[in-house]
Amino acid sequence: MPALKVDNLAKTFPLKKPLFGAAPPGVRAVRPMSFQVETGETLGVVGESGCGKSTLARMLVGLLEPTQGTIEIEGRALDNADPAAFGKLIQYVFQDPLSSLNPRKTIRQVMEAPLKRLYHMPKPERDVRIAEIFASVNLREAFLDRYPHEFSGGQAQRIGIARALAANPRIIILDEPVSALDVSVQAQVLNLLADLKRDFGLTYLFITHDLAVVEAVSDRIIVLYFGAVVEIGRAESIFANPRHPYTKLLADSAPVVGRPLTAPEQKDTELPDPLNPPPGCAFAGRCPRATDICRREEPALTPMGDDQLAACHHPLET
Amino acid sequence: MSAFLNLLFRNRLAAMGAVVLAVIVALVLLTPLLPLQDPDITATADRFKRPLTDGHILGTDHLGRDLLSRLLHGTRLSLAVGVAAALIAATIGSAIGIVAGYFGGRIDNVIMRGVDMLMAFPYILLALAIVAALGPGLMNALIAVAAVNVPFFARNIRGVTVGLAGREFIDAARLAGMGHTRILLTELLPNVLPVIIIAMSTTVGWMILETAGLSFLGLGSQPPQADLGSMLGEARSALISHPHTSVVPGIMIFLIVMSINLLGDGVRDALDPRLRSGALSRPRATTLVARKGDIPAPTDDLLAIQDLHTQFHVGERIYRAVGGVSLAVKPGECLGVIGESGSGKSVTALSVMGLVASPPGVITGGAVRFQGEDLIGAPYAALRAKRGDKVAYIFQDPLSTLHPLYRVGHQLAEAIRSHHRVPMAEARARAIQLLHDVRIPNAEARIDDFPHEMSGGMRQRVGIAMALANEPDVIIADEPTTALDVTVQAQILSLLDDLRRARGLAIIFITHDFGVVAQLCDRVAVMYAGRIVENGPTDAVLAAPAHPYTKRLIACVPELGGGRRELAAIPGLPPMVDDLPPGCAFAPRCDKAQEACRTGDIPLSGTPPRAVRCLYPEELV
Amino acid sequence: MGGYILKRLVSAIPVLFGITIIVFLIMSLIPGDPATAILGSYATPENVEKLNRDLGLDKPMVQRYFIWLGNMLQGDFGRSFSLNRPVLDEVLERFNATLILAGTAFVLCSVLGILAGVVSAARQYGLADKLITFVVLIGISVPSFFLGMMMILAFAVNLRWLPVSGMYAIYGGGDLPDLLRHLVMPALALAAVATGVVARLSRSAMLEVLRQDYIRTARAKGVPERRVILGHALRAAMVSIIPVLGIQAGFVLSGAVYIEIVFQWPGVGRMLVDAILKRDLLLVQGGVVFVAACYVMFNIAVDVAQSLLDPRIKT
Repeated sequence: MPALKVDNLAKTFPLKKPLFGAAPPGVRAVRPMSFQVETGETLGVVGESGCGKSTLARMLVGLLEPTQGTIEIEGRALDNADPAAFGKLIQYVFQDPLSSLNPRKTIRQVMEAPLKRLYHMPKPERDVRIAEIFASVNLREAFLDRYPHEFSGGQAQRIGIARALAANPRIIILDEPVSALDVSVQAQVLNLLADLKRDFGLTYLFITHDLAVVEAVSDRIIVLYFGAVVEIGRAESIFANPRHPYTKLLADSAPVVGRPLTAPEQKDTELPDPLNPPPGCAFAGRCPRATDICRREEPALTPMGDDQLAACHHPLET
Repeated sequence: MSAFLNLLFRNRLAAMGAVVLAVIVALVLLTPLLPLQDPDITATADRFKRPLTDGHILGTDHLGRDLLSRLLHGTRLSLAVGVAAALIAATIGSAIGIVAGYFGGRIDNVIMRGVDMLMAFPYILLALAIVAALGPGLMNALIAVAAVNVPFFARNIRGVTVGLAGREFIDAARLAGMGHTRILLTELLPNVLPVIIIAMSTTVGWMILETAGLSFLGLGSQPPQADLGSMLGEARSALISHPHTSVVPGIMIFLIVMSINLLGDGVRDALDPRLRSGALSRPRATTLVARKGDIPAPTDDLLAIQDLHTQFHVGERIYRAVGGVSLAVKPGECLGVIGESGSGKSVTALSVMGLVASPPGVITGGAVRFQGEDLIGAPYAALRAKRGDKVAYIFQDPLSTLHPLYRVGHQLAEAIRSHHRVPMAEARARAIQLLHDVRIPNAEARIDDFPHEMSGGMRQRVGIAMALANEPDVIIADEPTTALDVTVQAQILSLLDDLRRARGLAIIFITHDFGVVAQLCDRVAVMYAGRIVENGPTDAVLAAPAHPYTKRLIACVPELGGGRRELAAIPGLPPMVDDLPPGCAFAPRCDKAQEACRTGDIPLSGTPPRAVRCLYPEELV
Repeated sequence: MGGYILKRLVSAIPVLFGITIIVFLIMSLIPGDPATAILGSYATPENVEKLNRDLGLDKPMVQRYFIWLGNMLQGDFGRSFSLNRPVLDEVLERFNATLILAGTAFVLCSVLGILAGVVSAARQYGLADKLITFVVLIGISVPSFFLGMMMILAFAVNLRWLPVSGMYAIYGGGDLPDLLRHLVMPALALAAVATGVVARLSRSAMLEVLRQDYIRTARAKGVPERRVILGHALRAAMVSIIPVLGIQAGFVLSGAVYIEIVFQWPGVGRMLVDAILKRDLLLVQGGVVFVAACYVMFNIAVDVAQSLLDPRIKT
């Protein structure tokens, strides 16, 4: 049984109806997508701004109601958006650690909330539990009575992780958890996450825009473009042997020491307009391999080789 | 709380307001106990006595009533009514605002439509209509003033709440299982409360004025009871013959309102975190310079930063953002400056042309020489003439660095016309050419776009075009691709590389990304805690880093193609630059640190082109 | 652009409806019987009943509202019993005088306020800034009616430079110079508070804008400082100043009520206060609806000005 199973999940944000005429069709932030995350796995989700990765994350934890589709956690379907129902099973670590902590609450108050609200735990038990969690994220208990502004970004992110752990979830959604951190601190947090996963038997969905980070932490990776999954594959092979031209473009664009500077994309093209999406494959306008069929028909996600799926009419050969 | 009071009373004007207000409040509280005459006893024989006459310190009014007594009783009434109106308006308005802002959607829409309608009235019309309906009287005036202020609070608080409700800690609270009521009361309210207090403290004076105004019109307190407004209203007919009856209540209203305003401003400044420590200071046209020590001698580099010290003076604290940095570029050379946040790399870059925000920034030492001429402390006119003409900048976030209200063509043309007297048409033609040069498709049409109509990558191209506008000798690029997506970043980097090779530009490239430095820069300088810890040719430094910090920083950056792995983290945090340790700033985090590392100044040494600031380097250079 | 103006005009319709509903609801709060109020407590029951019927007060509230609204849309605002003339005629005549007074004050407060704010911000913590801040503080703390009275004492009674009150001299006069002489004091007294508010806001808006990245960009490309302040910064600051000007217009209109009383200016504010004291409710109702409707239209003009300045507002 997979830890998380997403079936046909989609989100369309309605647009404001103009004064005259019919309402426009709305922005399809997440197009219908299906995937699953196995227990104990880290699934990386990578994509550029506007690809729908944050919308996806917010739907998965119940902060946003899907337009269609279902979310199943360990076989249990969760289809209404209710963070409290989701909270015990799935938790969220935010991108901006300081913004995710109420500036007027002590860390202890922040930590107690899930224990009190989700588990109705009495005070002595709560204290014991908080002490345990703090020890596991390498934070001193003295921090508990301080306010968020007294912490650095890295410390605040540990607190954010500790809060997620307090709810004792099965799955944690990590939404760009290290993007706001300096590289030296980033490595600390990534290592901590790896340790916690091992110790608590967690399942991660790791969302980021950083290819190197996602490759370093994931088992499998999903590549999103314009609200849709364009490729799914094993972390160790997907960027080395991409099947979708967009994945290849991403991999070629990442600055790597020792690789000469080239512009992988010679045409200076722009992203598709979400208000006016192109028919067919959304990447066709930027794609060197695009043909007529790409501009007409949206390609379906199809298996290509071992453990790899891509949504492309003209996939790259390996 | 005590910190708040400290802040409040450090503001001398606020303290003055508080004192005046305290005296007035104490007086009116004691009024019933003071040996005053009855304010309502008339004595027509004694009418219009001038101030300082026997038995009547402030004189008497048109019915011979003692003005001092009436003044104190009137003040008591005015204060009570004004404060009550403010409390009522704040409570109801804030409740409406929080609910509308938190729930949003239809609830918000309906509530705010209603509020908008109430705000569509000039406020006094609404107050007059209410008083007209309820009839004149102090209580009705209070209701009217409170009612017209409810929309003000509702809209104000809603705005703040909408901002807070979108913050991630509210999402976190929901994920922690909190219900709406609990979130409203324990998460939102404590954060909104300061705003409510600010809004109240800045409007209570005004509400006192308004109730006084209604009484002045004869619509508030009715005779013989009198508040300050009706005293003034009654005295108006005798204004010319006996001005003192008008002046006395008028000055009292003025004193009350002014002291409340002063105090209110103080409260606002003390509560608003942005206003603390003078953060809302206007940056000057150039950074302040207060140089101590010798000024280094000129070199033959194109641009040389020599032993630069830049500090931020915030209150008592001194942040040594740049503590003695020396860098130089030759024509056509690309120098990378790499470091983590707070390492001083951006401040170094901004110091070159005096663009560090000042206050709080101060350049306290060293020199920046362009073709040998010192720019630090150069007169504004000389500096301005070089900005953008000889040395140009590209900044990080192209959305916030382009002016939102000017078309990009205008901004480009302005860059040219600030240095060259060319007609507008010529400048525009040149601007189109520049957009072509940075490979913006369809430049003739895009030149009339506003920045918000462009994508991030296109905006940054405009930023680059603007830097190129006057064919400068040096471009300083401060994290120009950090805000961009990786595919766009690749395009921008290759564009910059092409441009510099084609035009022989010298580039100082500030970044935190080793991959970018490796691909673009000839030489690299690594910064830590405001100083350069290592520099040299990029390939050499990356292949064999000499400083332990460089080595471990490279190790902890995951690199694409490395596969799944444990990363080598550096324990601890970079030091705060207002509290630097003696000796090597990296020593507390370094596993090779010895006793010698923690004392004295460690020089940057080595055989050119390499140098390292370490007693026990990883490589001998 | 035309589309945006049209859109704003259409969106004003519900607001105008809302205004009439609010006024109508407030007026129906009146305790007791308006007919008795009009005829006095000695009126016979028959007379009261007849007047109620004439005024349509025996009908249910919703019906009464629509009758009232329908009449207003046809230009019939009812008849003022205290003045014995149509409400609309009286309001139009009085509004003209108010417009002269409030319009002058509004222009004064906008120009002086923005000017003071810009100077203050550009010279932050300098002598000019301190001086302006001090004057502004006094300006926003002194009640306009008191300020007006003190001006009368100083400039009309003691110095005899200007007439004490009224809009025109009773004998002779009636020409423009005469109007201007009468206008100086009330317009200044009325503008004082609003000028202070605009100046403060302009100062903080300028300070806020001057810290923005795009100001640094302008300086980095060598734009002269004068242009940075008066071009880049002021233009961006106007985005937050203009809406405040719209709000201040409402405050100026409101303050005009006091000033009209103090200076015996024959405007709509004085008319309203007189009408309230005489319980002439139709006059109050008509005056309030008319002025509020004009203010709504003014605010549309403000929004249009804003959209001309700021291209980010969708037109």
